[in-house]
Amino acid sequence: MFFQLLRIELFKIFKRPRTFIAFGAVAVIVFLVQFALKTNGAEFVELFVSSQEDTFEIPKDKMLNGFFVCVTILHTILIHVPLLVALISGDMISGESAGGTLRILCAKPVKRSTIILSKFSASVIYLALLLIWMALLSLVVSILIFGTNDLFVFKATSLYQMEAGDVWWRFFMGFVFATLALTVVIALSLMLSTFSENSIGPIVATVCIVIVFTIVQQLEVPVFRETVTPWLFTTHMLGWKGFFYINATAEGKSIWGSIENPGSIVKSAVILCGYIVLFLGLAIRHLNKKDILS
Amino acid sequence: MPPIIKVTGLSKKFRDIIAVDDLSFSVPENCIYGFLGQNGAGKSTTIRMLLTLVKPDSGEIEIFGKKLPEARTEVLQQTGALIEKPDLYKYLTAYENLKLFARLSGIKPGRRELLAQLEHVGLADRANDPINGFSQGMKQRLGIAVALVNDPQLVILDEPVNGLDPQGIADIRNLVLRLKTEWKKTIVISSHLLNEIELIADRMLIINKGKKVVEGKVAELLSPETQQVELITTNLQKTAELIRAGEWAPHLTETQADKLLLNMRRDSIPAFTTAMAEQGAEIISIRPRHNLEDYFLKLTGH
Repeated sequence: MFFQLLRIELFKIFKRPRTFIAFGAVAVIVFLVQFALKTNGAEFVELFVSSQEDTFEIPKDKMLNGFFVCVTILHTILIHVPLLVALISGDMISGESAGGTLRILCAKPVKRSTIILSKFSASVIYLALLLIWMALLSLVVSILIFGTNDLFVFKATSLYQMEAGDVWWRFFMGFVFATLALTVVIALSLMLSTFSENSIGPIVATVCIVIVFTIVQQLEVPVFRETVTPWLFTTHMLGWKGFFYINATAEGKSIWGSIENPGSIVKSAVILCGYIVLFLGLAIRHLNKKDILS
Repeated sequence: MPPIIKVTGLSKKFRDIIAVDDLSFSVPENCIYGFLGQNGAGKSTTIRMLLTLVKPDSGEIEIFGKKLPEARTEVLQQTGALIEKPDLYKYLTAYENLKLFARLSGIKPGRRELLAQLEHVGLADRANDPINGFSQGMKQRLGIAVALVNDPQLVILDEPVNGLDPQGIADIRNLVLRLKTEWKKTIVISSHLLNEIELIADRMLIINKGKKVVEGKVAELLSPETQQVELITTNLQKTAELIRAGEWAPHLTETQADKLLLNMRRDSIPAFTTAMAEQGAEIISIRPRHNLEDYFLKLTGH
């Protein structure tokens, strides 16, 4: 029954025009960044390297390539994707409630937990497709426009250089991690969706929670940094960046295939999984107990 | 024969409001069971408890001899329901909605079968239209098709004639009668209109403020005392003149643009109808009108 329900949920998702808003928005942002970098790429690179040119010798002519453009796009977009995801998953239960179809759904011989799990899985598939679309546009199209070369990534005062051949798997893992991170947003908005009878509430609430958590995380003050920030899911959602921080030899040469801090990535992944289980559990518990009065 | 539905001591409270209060009743097989009560009497809450949408505070529900909620899946596989408004997915077509709910019921009917189901409710020619543009009556008929899509043994219709025009009401009435006579279903139909229930139900239960007022066979419950009768003919003016000129004149109480209202005993209606037909009146419909509020007052002795 689960797979039957999953097919139905996917059918419903892709029958609605709003689903394609996110795909359109991603395409517009990616093309804008690509256009900007094609036009003023040299100035943009200069902006990055100007503060560090004293420390490193940076081959600026090699920097502006498809990989660099893709990382730039990911930095720009991924922070906004929770809104695009919540548009779909925040409406999953509350939309049925507001539309009056939840009572028909729950009067069918289907367990309510199966309804939640199928809606969750359908939202994750939607997210994966959105990220694949994003990868195609930001990586493949950028490579077609800007070509390939070594990837340079900045982190505070450090500069990481990866050879072109050592980059592909990092992008793949980065997108997989981003999918996991954004799945937390799906679980959160789905959970909020079980508490609401209108579609807008859970979507707005999800975005507000992500914004508040992000602000707390960015307030680099000890009272938050030591206590709350390490446990916020928004802190760990940025774990995808870890795949682009590479180890170097004593001579400063990058070590092919290495990750600077794999433990941190694993820890982030575990915490994100914990959040997913928690939010999904609460969603199932609440829907199971709920009297369907809408 | 064991009852299809057996409800014992059912109660439900929402905060301080008692929605259903110690309600017990049984629905026999292949019967149209009318569930009557004014708005807010507790009909919808009871129906939602039968469908496991609302959890009772106390009491027991057995459907097909199986206890709820334990046998929920088995029971719902053989049950179809239209719950209040027929809200379906507006961005899907009638055919897609029906197919989707068939799958949710665990069955995979082919296109021909689904179109036949739409044909039963008169929507086959609108199968591929999004239901966004459907009238209330069409949505209601599609809602009934959805309720019947899994060929259920038990059909629960909560206020199915709400918001419908007279033709729509007549269509639903005929469909419900066919469900019983041709397809041998058991139907529970709720309404706040006594007339509607009287015309189609075999048994009825009247509830007020969540409590049972009366339950039994419709024919036995509705007494043959004087009541208002609504008469529609092809020529109302001529019929009114005929009545005024003869022995039935004292019974005529009101002449309206589309009908005549008379007061007479229930058991006088056949003789009146025959007399009118013999005098050349072409009768389209004649039916007793009950006012549920009056009926309650009568039952409760106020």
